[in-house]
Amino acid sequence: MLDAAAKPALQVSEVSKRFGGLVAVDRVSFALAEYEVLGLIGPNGSGKTTMLNLISGALKLTAGAIRLYDDEISAQPANAIARKGIARTFQIVRMLPAMTVIENVAAGGVFGHARRWGGELEDYAIGLLRRVGLDARPDTPVTALTYIDQKRLELARALASDPKILLLDEWLAGLNPTELRTGIKLVEALRDEGRTIIIVEHVMDAIRSLCGRCVVMNSGAKIAEGTPKEVLADSEVIRAYLGADDA
Amino acid sequence: MSVLIVGLLLGGTYALMAMGLQLQYGVARVMNLANGEVIVAGAFATFWLFAGSHLSPFVSIFGIVPAAFVVNWAVYRILILPLVRRAKNQGQLDVDSILATFGLSFIFIGILLSVFGGEMLTYSYLARPFVILGEPYALNRIAAFLGSAILCASLYVWLHWTRAGLSLRAVSVNSSAAALVSINVERASAMAFALGGAVSAAGGSLLSMFLTFDASQGVIFTLKALVIVILGGVSDIRGAIIASFILGMTETLVATFIDPGLTLAAAYMLFIIMLLVRPEGLFGRRPS
Amino acid sequence: MTGREMRQLAIAALLFAAAALLPFSGSGYWLTLGISIAMFTVLATSWTLFSGPTNYISLATAAFFGIGMYIVAAGLDRLPFPVLIVIAGIAGAALALVVGLATLRISGVYFVIFTLGLAELVRQIVAWAQNVMGASSGLYVLITLPDPTLYWLLLALAAIVFLIGWLIGRSRLGFALRIIGNDEVVAVHVGINTARVKVILFVISSIFASITGALVAPRWSYVEPSIAFSPFLTFEVVIMALLGGVHRLWGPLLGVIPFTLLWEFISAKFPAQTTLLLGVSFLLIVYVIPRGVVGLVEDLLRGGAARSAGAERIPRWLKAVLQRLRIGHA
Repeated sequence: MLDAAAKPALQVSEVSKRFGGLVAVDRVSFALAEYEVLGLIGPNGSGKTTMLNLISGALKLTAGAIRLYDDEISAQPANAIARKGIARTFQIVRMLPAMTVIENVAAGGVFGHARRWGGELEDYAIGLLRRVGLDARPDTPVTALTYIDQKRLELARALASDPKILLLDEWLAGLNPTELRTGIKLVEALRDEGRTIIIVEHVMDAIRSLCGRCVVMNSGAKIAEGTPKEVLADSEVIRAYLGADDA
Repeated sequence: MSVLIVGLLLGGTYALMAMGLQLQYGVARVMNLANGEVIVAGAFATFWLFAGSHLSPFVSIFGIVPAAFVVNWAVYRILILPLVRRAKNQGQLDVDSILATFGLSFIFIGILLSVFGGEMLTYSYLARPFVILGEPYALNRIAAFLGSAILCASLYVWLHWTRAGLSLRAVSVNSSAAALVSINVERASAMAFALGGAVSAAGGSLLSMFLTFDASQGVIFTLKALVIVILGGVSDIRGAIIASFILGMTETLVATFIDPGLTLAAAYMLFIIMLLVRPEGLFGRRPS
Repeated sequence: MTGREMRQLAIAALLFAAAALLPFSGSGYWLTLGISIAMFTVLATSWTLFSGPTNYISLATAAFFGIGMYIVAAGLDRLPFPVLIVIAGIAGAALALVVGLATLRISGVYFVIFTLGLAELVRQIVAWAQNVMGASSGLYVLITLPDPTLYWLLLALAAIVFLIGWLIGRSRLGFALRIIGNDEVVAVHVGINTARVKVILFVISSIFASITGALVAPRWSYVEPSIAFSPFLTFEVVIMALLGGVHRLWGPLLGVIPFTLLWEFISAKFPAQTTLLLGVSFLLIVYVIPRGVVGLVEDLLRGGAARSAGAERIPRWLKAVLQRLRIGHA
């Protein structure tokens, strides 16, 4: 369990996001402890990706506050938040299409939290490529990569900034069973080396094996919080995913 | 007071050319930098018909509008459609259409120069004073305003009460969804582009009644139309109309109290203020 | 610096040295042409520094060029020429800063629109200011610069543009710029302050345009707003850059040379249809060779490499030379 006296790595307090009349995120609060892997789950349209966008600064909060350790990051622009040490992958992979594999990885390591350049950057990037299991040649154009390789590349790019918090937005989506096993092992390795991660996922196997704790969202609000076993047995959660009859 | 009325008259006439650009950018999603040249072409054609055959602009319009429609339709099908088909996203289409219409604008200028030469053209039609509330105003400005009002109203009715108009509005809101409800997006966009060009030419025709034109002025009108459309909030007709009046009045105020040669400066002033205060325009939606 | 980079610098230095010999050829005609080429090389290359990687099409070249020209024309009886050139650079930077801060934080389309009318706007304001001050709108420029001097000055300026472009290409700033051009969302999320990068590049690019305008002002004994702020200038700069190719530093040069020569020919044979033909050639380039000469050359190279050994399209030595000329990134 969380040590109540330890400062959370990320504190999300009463955060709301409205788009005109639509409430995408409704007064959600949770805390992320250091070295923890938190699962953010919920049916489609529940506001999970919006929540990640709010944390990474891609969207501005309508209400509430987000703190990274002692730092209030609610009103800061995305590039400032990235520099402070929050890195992410995207639901639909975003490559830098006209650049090579090594340049895509290096991009993450130059401007952010960990600033490297020149030979040091190149060695570091190549090391990361090896870490994520991407064995393409460094000067391959990214357009030649398979989908799973592009996902690995995006993860490497996020890791390149040596982030304090890593946000994975449905990183395991669209993978076949073999790729899925490899992907889960990769995230496990990241967890074991001490990274703090928020995973948004639909793949329950991954959630069960990776996350110590989960937050469940539905229609923008938080409806449950606890270990994966607890929340997946919660009747409210079952109702949200499957409808009232199966609860 | 009279300054305000002149401003209103001018603004109302501007509304027509702005609606032309709005159809092209809001529905067909083409940033048409040659729009000003179409306006100038409409003005020149009206002048030519008046000077040569003594045709009133209100008669010439019936010939100019269909001609402009056809020309713009051809431009869309020949020049723009290949770009739409090869663009991978809206950003690339914007860049490509900007470049293509930029080149097109010079072709139009070249044609206008070879047909009409480089001098300033103007003619005198309804240049009598007409009294409103005790002050005299140029009858041609009033007539142009009324013409613009009638055409704008007709356009509005067409867009909101006909099926074809509905399909255009659907495409401007969400073109992929429109395709899903079996609207032919390409045909709707071509129609919007052609209609936009026709409307702009009509606007130029009306403006020619009281403004002087030369072949190089297209860029000024393109700019003004752009500022109006953006100020109004790209997709909203009400916004464009209100913005036209704002521009008309600002321009008239600047021309009267500072200097008549600073009309573009007035438009830019509004542009900068909008960029700093409310970039999405009056009725635009803030992009999230 | 790697061996390859030193080779690139050496080749560039050699080319510039060769170009500097032109005034000694004795032909006034070729020198005039050379001045045109040098001037457009500076304008097109500095334009590409910003508009190339970001795809934000700047249509404002004439605005900065005209400001530079006017500052020299207006100030020549009060201040020495070199001082005016510096002032022109500062004025260009100031205007670029205003335009950049206003539009580059918001959207590329707004930026293009803003620059579209900028030259015309500046022209109106200059004319008004002169009206207010009781001066006429045309100005007499009463110094002359001998052609060889002007040529060498422009050549030096071109060398500076290339040097700065090369340095940027190897720097974090250049990397940031390329990332922005690839995907601005990713750029923001890796920590790049995209607005700041864009503004910096736009300012750098514009300074060169206004200094160029200042340098060539003495060529006209009488400077009028329609000359200084001519929309055709912007148009020609953009078309040359596009023709050459905007994704390489030396791309625009490959557009400037053929276009200037072509233009000499066309304006001599068809003086009345120049605007029309300009427009048509612009469209041809946009539709047929969107990546410019550079794109064509690189397609050839790639095509040559993909073929089997027995059917190489271009000689190996030529391919090696072309590959060595790649400045900047891999």
